[in-house]
Amino acid sequence: MGPAGLSVGWYLALAVALFAVGGVGLLVRRNPLVMFMCVELMLNAVNVAFVALGAGLNDVGGQIAVFFVLVVAATEVVIGLALVVAINRRRAGATADDLTTLKG
Amino acid sequence: MLDAAWLICAFPLAGFVLLVLFGRRLGEPAAGWLATAAMTGAFAAAAAVFFALMSRDAADRRFVVTLFEWIPAGDFAVDAGLLIDPLSVTMALFVTGVGALIHVYAIGYMHGDGDFAKFFTYLNLFAFSMLVLVLGDNLVLTFLGWEGVGACSYLLISFWFSDEANAAAGKKAFITNRVGDWGFMLAIFWCFAALGSVRYLDLFGVAGSLSSTTATVIVVLLFAAAAGKSAQLPLFIWLPDAMAGPTPVSALIHAATMVTAGVYLLVRVNPLIAAADSWAPELIAWAGAGTALFAAAAATAQNDIKKVLAYSTVSQLGYMMLAVGSGAYVAAVFHMVTHAFFKALLFLGAGSVIHALHHKQDMRGYGALRAAMPITAGTFIVGWLAIAGVPPFAGFWSKDEILAHAWDHSVALWLVGIVTAVLTAFYMSRLVFMTFFGQSRHAVAAGIASGDGSASDVDVGVGSGSEPHEPPHEPSALMTAPLVVLAGAAAVAGFINLPFSSELHFLGDWLAPSLFGNEAHLASGAATQWLLAVVSLAGAALGIAVAAAVYLRQRLPARRFERPAAARAFYFDELWTRFVGGPGRRGFEAVAAFDAGVIDGAVNGVGRSVRAAAVTLRRAQSGFVRSYALLTAAGAVALLVWFLIRASV
Repeated sequence: MGPAGLSVGWYLALAVALFAVGGVGLLVRRNPLVMFMCVELMLNAVNVAFVALGAGLNDVGGQIAVFFVLVVAATEVVIGLALVVAINRRRAGATADDLTTLKG
Repeated sequence: MLDAAWLICAFPLAGFVLLVLFGRRLGEPAAGWLATAAMTGAFAAAAAVFFALMSRDAADRRFVVTLFEWIPAGDFAVDAGLLIDPLSVTMALFVTGVGALIHVYAIGYMHGDGDFAKFFTYLNLFAFSMLVLVLGDNLVLTFLGWEGVGACSYLLISFWFSDEANAAAGKKAFITNRVGDWGFMLAIFWCFAALGSVRYLDLFGVAGSLSSTTATVIVVLLFAAAAGKSAQLPLFIWLPDAMAGPTPVSALIHAATMVTAGVYLLVRVNPLIAAADSWAPELIAWAGAGTALFAAAAATAQNDIKKVLAYSTVSQLGYMMLAVGSGAYVAAVFHMVTHAFFKALLFLGAGSVIHALHHKQDMRGYGALRAAMPITAGTFIVGWLAIAGVPPFAGFWSKDEILAHAWDHSVALWLVGIVTAVLTAFYMSRLVFMTFFGQSRHAVAAGIASGDGSASDVDVGVGSGSEPHEPPHEPSALMTAPLVVLAGAAAVAGFINLPFSSELHFLGDWLAPSLFGNEAHLASGAATQWLLAVVSLAGAALGIAVAAAVYLRQRLPARRFERPAAARAFYFDELWTRFVGGPGRRGFEAVAAFDAGVIDGAVNGVGRSVRAAAVTLRRAQSGFVRSYALLTAAGAVALLVWFLIRASV
């Protein structure tokens, strides 16, 4: 149990809420940078779930998994931000819906 | 020593590689001597293997040298292995021996040719392919050699390719052989499908338990292959045209070695022939007998000296096929060996004559050459007596053994054989009398050659360096020495297999391990055999006497014996042309349409359906990142639901 007697369930609820916010944000926003932040939010929601379950089940594996997610997220940031910058240089102010050159 | 059998193939291959790399730089005559050295090395290796094999017990004289894994593909494994047994070593010996002599001759014959080194490059490559064919321990390796000799044959027939006719002759030989190769390939496929192996020793092991239908199919397909390579009816048409090549090529490839490959192949698979329905060997025997008679008849009316010898080769190959079909494998190999000697001798002799007469090949422009060319004439006469069947020269013994077996098999076959023998004696005597005896007709040669289209002066291109009006003379020792050696062989080769007692049957005893007891034994008694021998001797005498009456003493008009139909080989070329141009063409076009419509159609159909599916599916790629995200989310949810339902059930 965490401090103030919060059970694992609350943490999971938080994780679900964060994940839902991120997911909905990804679907409704059109600014690439904001969509990118939403993806980060979803990743961190998963991290919260990992840590909570790891602590609740007394399994250090949950925390280890978080490290992997962090590493992947870090690399994703490197590539993703570079892409966002590149898009803004070529077409300033373009939204995700404007970028349809790969349409089938 | 047996492990070093690969050296037999390695020498000509090394010669070929060296000549490809340095041939031009070596030039004349070093390139020729290098090629000859390679052949001599191969002959020495073959002889060493022969003696090593001799020193073993008869039952032990079968030996496989596996060199490397060639095609490892699951169940289908083919090794590059050499099958060393009496049969293959016999072939290797005379291929390399006669080959080396012809190489020496060619150094003299090709003197002054611009492509001297290239000629010997091809010759060495041919020898290598031939030895692979002979020594290969499985059908696929034999087929490799088979195609190799075919390719070399093409290259050498059209060696002087600047003449359109020579190039056409090369193409004709190659394409006609493809018909036979088709049979060979189907036979290989069939063997593998039915027996799971293409190795000879595996085939022989199961031949006894094979269904007769399978064996018959394989044998008939292999016979189709042999009919192409060994110029049997109806595929013989390429061999007379193949004389467009330089004469040493005609001697080596189109008389002594390559054309016997078909006979060799059938002797090699004798256990399969034994397992086949009886009509398969019957077919081979009759095809052989028919070819022998047909070609001998055609040879009587040819005026081109090389064409006479070409039809004679076809005829003699027919004899060998007749022997194979009668189960007389020893006789077939015996005749193959003696024929290699005397026919190579005759071709080389003809080459000397052609050389001396400035590449005139029409015999009507020859005559009385005996005085000018005593060595050529003397050796040629030995070859003539050998092929005509005069004892004690080689041809008599081998031809008589075939005829004796034919008599045992069926009297009709023997009759065809004996008529052929009479014709053989006639046309060979005609050739000899027109060339070496009678009156000199050299002066009128030019007029005949230009006035008659059938007189083909195709053997041009060699700068003999002699003036047009220089009288005919004996060629250099390089060319006469092989003649003398071959004449010696043609005179005595018959003694390797004398019929008088079983102890004198050297070749038969030697080949026994390769024949697995499938050799037919003569049922007729000694008296019958003597009688047959006397009859065939009388036949030979009759042929020679008639030729002498016509061409030596001019008692009978030559026109009565030189039928125009025979001169055109009974219009067989025209028949083929009409078939290929008419119903044949429609058939081939139907096959081509099937290939384009059904085979290619299936392949293209797969491609088209994938394309059509892609055209439909591309609409899903809207280009909106957010709709992709939504679909991904929906998919994840669907998967989640799926797993939850499965977990709860």
